[in-house]
Amino acid sequence: MSALRLAVVAAGLLLVWALIVRLSGVPPYILPGPELVLDAWTSHVPALARHGAVTFTEILLGLLAGTALGVVSALSVAGFRGARRWVLPVLVASQAIPVFALAPLLVLWLGYGMPSKVAMATLIIYFPVTVAFLDGLNRTDPAWLDLARTMTAGRGRAGRRAILWHVRVPAALPALASGLRVATAVAPIGAVVGEWVGSSAGLGYLMLHANGRMQIDLMFAALLTLAALSVLLYFTVDRLLRRLLPWQPERAFDRAA
Amino acid sequence: MTASDAPACVIDGDIAGKAPAPPGIRLSGGRLTFDGRPLFDDLDVTLAAGRVTCLLGPSGVGKSSLLRLLAGLVEDAAAPPAILCDDGLPLTGRVAYMDQRDLLLPWASIRRNVQLGARLRGEPPDRARADALLAAVGLDHRADDLPATLSGGMRQRVALARTLMENRPVVLMDEPFSALDAVTRYRLQGLASRLLAGRTVLLVTHDPLEALRLGHRIHVMQGAPARLDTALEPPGPPPREPYEAELTAAAKLLMARLQDAAGAEAS
Repeated sequence: MSALRLAVVAAGLLLVWALIVRLSGVPPYILPGPELVLDAWTSHVPALARHGAVTFTEILLGLLAGTALGVVSALSVAGFRGARRWVLPVLVASQAIPVFALAPLLVLWLGYGMPSKVAMATLIIYFPVTVAFLDGLNRTDPAWLDLARTMTAGRGRAGRRAILWHVRVPAALPALASGLRVATAVAPIGAVVGEWVGSSAGLGYLMLHANGRMQIDLMFAALLTLAALSVLLYFTVDRLLRRLLPWQPERAFDRAA
Repeated sequence: MTASDAPACVIDGDIAGKAPAPPGIRLSGGRLTFDGRPLFDDLDVTLAAGRVTCLLGPSGVGKSSLLRLLAGLVEDAAAPPAILCDDGLPLTGRVAYMDQRDLLLPWASIRRNVQLGARLRGEPPDRARADALLAAVGLDHRADDLPATLSGGMRQRVALARTLMENRPVVLMDEPFSALDAVTRYRLQGLASRLLAGRTVLLVTHDPLEALRLGHRIHVMQGAPARLDTALEPPGPPPREPYEAELTAAAKLLMARLQDAAGAEAS
């Protein structure tokens, strides 16, 4: 059902695209039609696969690192009363400074290879993951906390830690999942921006390279490959999260709808 | 769906467990403000050992606040009240709490929900006792299911099993059955009355029939700052049948007191 809908939307967009090219008469080096892009795509499959694999790896590594950092930050803020004052400014600063401004620095420090792109993707998803998880941890139903407090009365810090682990963390997992969905959608931005600033591989590099040589059809092919990878990644993560959190109330809505 | 009272009657003493001897509790000098308005001031409450004390009164009079005060859940009480147990031990850690909502954790199986207290305290969870208590509330066959698959009445039965699993001598209940339909509520009241027998219980309720069915002593809380009236003690041991003739006098008296309290509130 959803596959059919996806196909209809894609076909519609392709049709509009072809019509614009046909009716306006733009030259192919400004806007190539779908058939030219398909040509470029089929004749560059090995290159697209190689560069796509590089970008995909950067996105995945960035997702892993950013999620790990975000989860640890949120847990330390929620678990230690003093930590909030230390972590929160870092968190806000990480978002206030545009990643684009940091990209040249990261390339300078970490080199033209993968690490600088992974760092970019990590930076860009650190904020949504941390904020979403922290929000979830702070929104535990107060009545659950009351119940847990009577169960752990007189146990001080050990009791609070047990409540964090057994009640607040599981209760925050759906919020963390929302953060992860956002992160999955924006992680490619980090990787590609990193590649634009300085790299010798990846879809961003390929796009820049093709653009410089007026191979706009190849550039579009790379762009579409990136979009396809991102969509694939998003739906994989989304499905995985649903499977891991079967008790999530959101599913009830899905069924009712 | 047989929450029949008979089997529970047979097993109550063994399964619900022998709680340590229940203390009588006296709270005195209770003082609590809400939005700058004194909720109660120098409040004096006595809970008889091993008895069910019911607390009625208009909404917002401070019934739940009193219960939270006893449960140690109010951190910013203007002046912490003196809570004295007649066995000389502190009340902390001897209280089980049951809310109007079942508060089941949606990600944990029924059995794990019942064992929550042990997990939080880092104790090995007692599976046999959890299953026996689930059997006592008629839900042993659902032990591995998630709470979302249960009806409201079933969920509240699990909450009762979780409360009993704590095996505390003092049980504080905040309108535990108010969200249930009449028949389910009636059955659960009977079940709770038997399984909680011998513990010191404070039951906050809006329902005078529930108080007459379950309470050894019934108080009406009223006024600002709030006060308790002298206890009403209906004849016979609970669980009673609130529609029977010998309760009529107590019911009339209780309704009169409630109307007084509501009138005082309105004026």
